[in-house]
Amino acid sequence: MALLEVRDVHSYYGNIHALKGLSITVEEGEIVTLIGANGAGKTTTLRTICGVIKPRQGSVSLEGENLEPFKIHEIVYKGVALVPEGRRIFSRLTVYENLDMGAYHRIDNDGIAEDFDRVFVLFPRLKERRNQVAGTLSGGEQQMLATARALMAHPRLMLLDEPSMGLAPVLVESIFETIQEINREGTTILLVEQNAHMALQVAHRGYVLQTGEIVLDGTAEALRNNPMVQKSYLGIE
Amino acid sequence: METLPKKGPYRQALAAIRRINQSRIFIISFGIVIIILLIWRIVVVARQTPFPPQYWAFQIINGLVLGGVYALVALGYTMVYGILFMINFAHGEVMMMGGFAGFFTLQLLTTLGWTEGSPYLSALSILLVIAAGMIVSVLTGVALERIAYRPLRTAPRLVPLISAIGASFFLQYSALRIFGVTPHNYRKPELISGGWAIGETGIFVTRTGVFIFVTSILMMIGLFLIVKRSKMGRAMRAVAEDKEIASLMGVDIDKVIAFTFALGSALAGAGGVMFGFHNTVMRFNTGFIPGLKAFTAAVLGGIGNIPGAMFGSLLLGVIEALGPSALGVPTEYKDVIAFSILVLVLIFRPTGLLGEVLTEKKA
Ligand SMILES: Nc1ncnc2c1ncn2[C@@H]1O[C@H](COP(=O)(O)OP(=O)(O)OP(=O)(O)O)[C@@H](O)[C@H]1O
Ligand SMILES: [Mg+2]
Repeated sequence: MALLEVRDVHSYYGNIHALKGLSITVEEGEIVTLIGANGAGKTTTLRTICGVIKPRQGSVSLEGENLEPFKIHEIVYKGVALVPEGRRIFSRLTVYENLDMGAYHRIDNDGIAEDFDRVFVLFPRLKERRNQVAGTLSGGEQQMLATARALMAHPRLMLLDEPSMGLAPVLVESIFETIQEINREGTTILLVEQNAHMALQVAHRGYVLQTGEIVLDGTAEALRNNPMVQKSYLGIE
Repeated sequence: METLPKKGPYRQALAAIRRINQSRIFIISFGIVIIILLIWRIVVVARQTPFPPQYWAFQIINGLVLGGVYALVALGYTMVYGILFMINFAHGEVMMMGGFAGFFTLQLLTTLGWTEGSPYLSALSILLVIAAGMIVSVLTGVALERIAYRPLRTAPRLVPLISAIGASFFLQYSALRIFGVTPHNYRKPELISGGWAIGETGIFVTRTGVFIFVTSILMMIGLFLIVKRSKMGRAMRAVAEDKEIASLMGVDIDKVIAFTFALGSALAGAGGVMFGFHNTVMRFNTGFIPGLKAFTAAVLGGIGNIPGAMFGSLLLGVIEALGPSALGVPTEYKDVIAFSILVLVLIFRPTGLLGEVLTEKKA
């Protein structure tokens, strides 16, 4: 059974029909990427999976369990964590408190302590600044914090919404390395990216989203070699 | 604007003045005129009837005590605003309910002879009175949130405000029906009656005053620890900043909001009991004016800001205590003075005295 199954989902913002019968599956242990142009509905897909938006039609299920009746925080308890678009860290909390918020639903103190260590090894910069108010971090540091915060949830499924946005190339590199590392440690990942180059390098499989519909899917390699993907998303003529 | 040269202080000043809109200039001039008149009045009064320094010291102490009571109530306004951006206009009535619960507990314990028993028993009964006030206020506040505000959480901001005003009247007139119009008199235990003269200075501090002030400070420290150190406090601050993201961290927003109401109401309940000991009477409408004052204090300090509410309350208490003598007007005018201060603050610093944090957050 797939870890995540999104089946024929229709999501709306008022009258705007943002997702038009979208279906995707993510198997345990995979990195799956969702690529698409601005406004294609990538963020909406992730928000629908987390329960922020309830689809009008279709279903989202985690290990076969339909998530429809659950509230957002209950879905978190089931092991889904999101790194939201635009970071959205708690700017008035300290770095440490932000990370602690990530682990809010957990009660295994030993596990939390281990994850603090792990996160500080991945992002030594955050360790140096752990008592600093998060609003005063640089943009890149805030992105690290947003990713680290989701890691603290120790999720089974991590949803990342454009984790490389606005970062220097070196940092993009290290964020993607981190993603692969997290994945090797057992976290399943659904990655939304504008940077299709990078995304298709780290992912096992991918979906191409256009105006609320999946128009293409396949292994990362197949997508990399697909002429349409090359032309529209990789900038290769 | 583009045609103006970039340099030259005169040009810059001119451009700056043009940027401020006309009505703002009018309001500020109005405020300045009021302040000049106030200063003039204070100087005139001070030359006519100088009071001895002991008198001023005594008034400042009184003001701090009253400010402590205001702070207990103001914190509830400010915490709820911080999380829901809503003014809980029924908060004064939450305080009144606690005041009544305290009254009946006090009456019971007095009948049992506990209040005048050994000092320990007397202290214990005072603690029980405060606890009763806190418990009843918490129940009132949490019910209020559940019934009057939660169903309206996604409604436009004016709607819960109207509901709050309705709830305020509902509680006042329920209290009138249940407790009647006659004032209920708080009988002070011996333990907190009387007071001490400080050396030869001629300054006298009452035990009630010290008791109220110390209790308020302890409560505020407790609140500070909860908000800053506890998991729930961290969740409160996270929810205040971004509800959606907080729920994506697994925070149950409803629970946190209910907790915020409970915390604010507990302080208001203690405030109601303190007000009972201070004012000695409790009536169905006792919560109204102190509620408004506490709200004023919260705005004065910068609504949504916890240290601001504490600071604003103490300041308002002192202003109220000193104002009538300083301006040479009867004490009945103290409410006018308090609310005029609010107007002045809103003219010159709409975000309140410690309000920067809020503007930064809303930006
Ligand atoms: N809050 C909203 N209210 C109304 N319409 C919205 C809202 N959020 C998104 N939309 C619309 O839904 C569609 C999908 O938006 P979405 O944010 O999912 O796109 P996206 O693929 O994440 O784009 P980007 O790459 O720019 O982040 C867009 O047409 C957008 O205008
Ligand atoms: Mg997006």
